[in-house]
Amino acid sequence: MANRLDPRRNPVDRTALSVAFTVGLYGAAFGAAGVTAGFSVLQTCLLSILLFSGASQFAVVGILGAGGAAISAIATATLLGFRNALYGLQMAPILKVTGVKRVLSAQITIDESTAVATLQNTDADRKRGFYITGIGVYVFWNLFTFLGALGASAIGNPSVWGLDAAVPAAFCGLVWPRLINKTQFLVSALAISWALFLTPLAPAGVPIITTVLLAVIFGWKK
Amino acid sequence: MTPIWIAVLGASTTAFLNKYIGHLVPERWLNKPRFMRINTLVPIVLLSALVGVQTFAHKKELVIDQRVAGVGVALVLLKFKAPFPLVVVGAAITSAAIYNWF
Repeated sequence: MANRLDPRRNPVDRTALSVAFTVGLYGAAFGAAGVTAGFSVLQTCLLSILLFSGASQFAVVGILGAGGAAISAIATATLLGFRNALYGLQMAPILKVTGVKRVLSAQITIDESTAVATLQNTDADRKRGFYITGIGVYVFWNLFTFLGALGASAIGNPSVWGLDAAVPAAFCGLVWPRLINKTQFLVSALAISWALFLTPLAPAGVPIITTVLLAVIFGWKK
Repeated sequence: MTPIWIAVLGASTTAFLNKYIGHLVPERWLNKPRFMRINTLVPIVLLSALVGVQTFAHKKELVIDQRVAGVGVALVLLKFKAPFPLVVVGAAITSAAIYNWF
């Protein structure tokens, strides 16, 4: 039974499951953030079920919670999610699936499933790593989103429990691993400055989405 | 439909299209150096802007409150390679402590 999940004997399963569980725990922070931003438990859970891409989900609740328009939230989430298209490019030749299987594989094409897959040495292991991580994150992320949302609904003032700082801390955790070289740090600092400069002047959401211009300017030339 | 519902369903739709497109189109359509460089920077600028706004903005005003301390602790924990859940909890505890006791 080579296909059975066996984290004790199979290192791919071990990596995939530990990534899935750790990332899944993070779902509790999202669940709490959603409810704190004024989303119902149902709306918060639907984001994890349907959207299923952490950074985009945090962006949607963060922008609407700050009073931004739906269109700013959708635009920001879409731009953040575009990297998943690039993961799909990498995974498609390895997975070789069509029809319903392709639809389901697309839904779990995220940072973690692609990362675990690319760490493996054979296509069989890449495939296995992709599916176990993707499905594992999906299950744990949704479970913990629900628990976090329930927990936060039982809380009155989010500041009392520090939830107002948990959301920006979650964004820090998402951006930190992407800051590798000096240019990236500089661009990050400029984006923060730009967003804060525009906050008193522009409608909520606009200070965030307009930082994409910085990405275009700095990415244009080598 | 309320703005929240529009955002939930709209962003979920575009998120799926993003994911599905990658599985559908030939690699050469998206694999262009300039495009890839910009695309690496897009999450950095958007997430950084969100860090700034969520830490300092209160509606349309900039304020310094307990959140700054929480985010400071998060950055220190990240610097020391703490796992994500610990980063979030550390920030929440710090912020809550300051909010409740000062």
